[in-house]
Amino acid sequence: MSETPVITGATIAKLARGVRLREDPVRGQTVLLAPERALALDDIAVAVVKALDGERTLDAIAEEFARQFDAPKDQILGDIISFVEEFSNRRMLELRS
Amino acid sequence: MTEHVSPRDVDRAARVPAPIALLAELTHRCPLACPYCSNPLELEATRSELTTEQWISVFNQAAALGVLHLHLSGGEPASRRDLVELTAAGAAAGLYTNLITSGVGLNERRIAELSDAGLDHLQLSLQGATPELADRVGGYKGGYERKIAVAQWTHAAGIPLTVNAVCHKQNMDQMADMLDLAVRLGARRIEIATVQFHGWAEKNRKALMPTREQVLRANAFVNEARKRLEGVIVIDYVPADHHSSYPKACMGGWGRTGLNITPSGRVLPCHAAESIPSLQFDSVMDRPLADIWYHGAAFNAYRGDHWMPDLCRTCERKEIDFGGCRCQAMAIAGDASATDPVCIRSPLRQTLVEQAEIDSRAEPPPFVYRSMRPAREDG
Ligand code: SF4
Ligand code: SF4
Repeated sequence: MSETPVITGATIAKLARGVRLREDPVRGQTVLLAPERALALDDIAVAVVKALDGERTLDAIAEEFARQFDAPKDQILGDIISFVEEFSNRRMLELRS
Repeated sequence: MTEHVSPRDVDRAARVPAPIALLAELTHRCPLACPYCSNPLELEATRSELTTEQWISVFNQAAALGVLHLHLSGGEPASRRDLVELTAAGAAAGLYTNLITSGVGLNERRIAELSDAGLDHLQLSLQGATPELADRVGGYKGGYERKIAVAQWTHAAGIPLTVNAVCHKQNMDQMADMLDLAVRLGARRIEIATVQFHGWAEKNRKALMPTREQVLRANAFVNEARKRLEGVIVIDYVPADHHSSYPKACMGGWGRTGLNITPSGRVLPCHAAESIPSLQFDSVMDRPLADIWYHGAAFNAYRGDHWMPDLCRTCERKEIDFGGCRCQAMAIAGDASATDPVCIRSPLRQTLVEQAEIDSRAEPPPFVYRSMRPAREDG
């Protein structure tokens, strides 16, 4: 683990240990908790985080979202990849490919 | 301890956000004696510490109030025999539990127990990159070696690790080595924070104040390392504040994001708040936590802008830095509601910078180690 990982459609990701999704009833939102960080996520981000199950590839997830939301798959995959890149750079995900 | 709630208080309470983080100082006991320890000069005795049940009640109240992160801190939290039980209670309340430790007092079995109890994250302090320096700063022989072992057990247990490196004149030149060590220990994150000059650190200014050259080198190093290690380790860096133009939003603003509870249950807006003599602090023994947060006098003292000097009240940055640090204003201006003397607009800025320059160039005198006064009551 000493090189910056490259994220592609073949990447498989899940939340790293120490990072959890939680309902926050006091503020009426869903938050992603990590050390010193609490990120309020919108519905789309919550759906992406839930889909990162450590089993499916980003490609497979994008395909499912494309069917579900009737949107172009390539665009969705691009969005998911940038989301995964951002969260991986914050060391919030575990990756395989 | 009854207080009349005026309509103005209610209105103010309505605008006060719920706190996000609770720092629980479980005990002031610690085997180490760092000369910049953030604990107060008057350490609280073991016999006044809250019991297990009292802490658990505090955690439940905090969760109901909206707290998300629970920092189990000290002193050395591992000095509490009930640490595993307290961690389990925090986790059961739904809180994200983070242990802030020197590592001394932990062994492999206890770390496994903490992991089973639901500990989310562990933050390990590192006083230097070599055993000689680290043990001299911490005032504890063998501390460095124990920390390395603790990091390995933590990694083996699967608990994510942050290395906490407080930096100052005497270890700043080892920053690159501390970062390498953190990567080798498998830390996902390193927090490099320059000493804050309150309390014990204030007594050690000449031994700790970094020089301008050191600070500039450190800034450049962090910028370079962040790029090089993106995706490998996250670097959170807090530079010496008098080298910036504006103060930091201390605690994210007074009474806005977090609270601190001392071993005996006193509820503080920040760990150094007891240095402000005009404030009175409520205890969790006398009053519900939510009531203290929304209506406590100490919490409301510096919320909003009613207390601000004109300089800050009319300033466009008042919602960004909230006028800076109250404890620093107290220490340097002798008035807790003054503009933070670090601010470039403060008339005291010049004096502060000059004093820092002088202290930074001084030949470091021996450390004044943190200790119980008048004599240590326990170990
Ligand atoms: S700063 Fe040092 S002395 Fe103070 S609690 Fe932490 S390890 Fe102990
Ligand atoms: S004048 Fe006050 S509010 Fe403005 S930048 Fe300085 S400290 Fe912050």
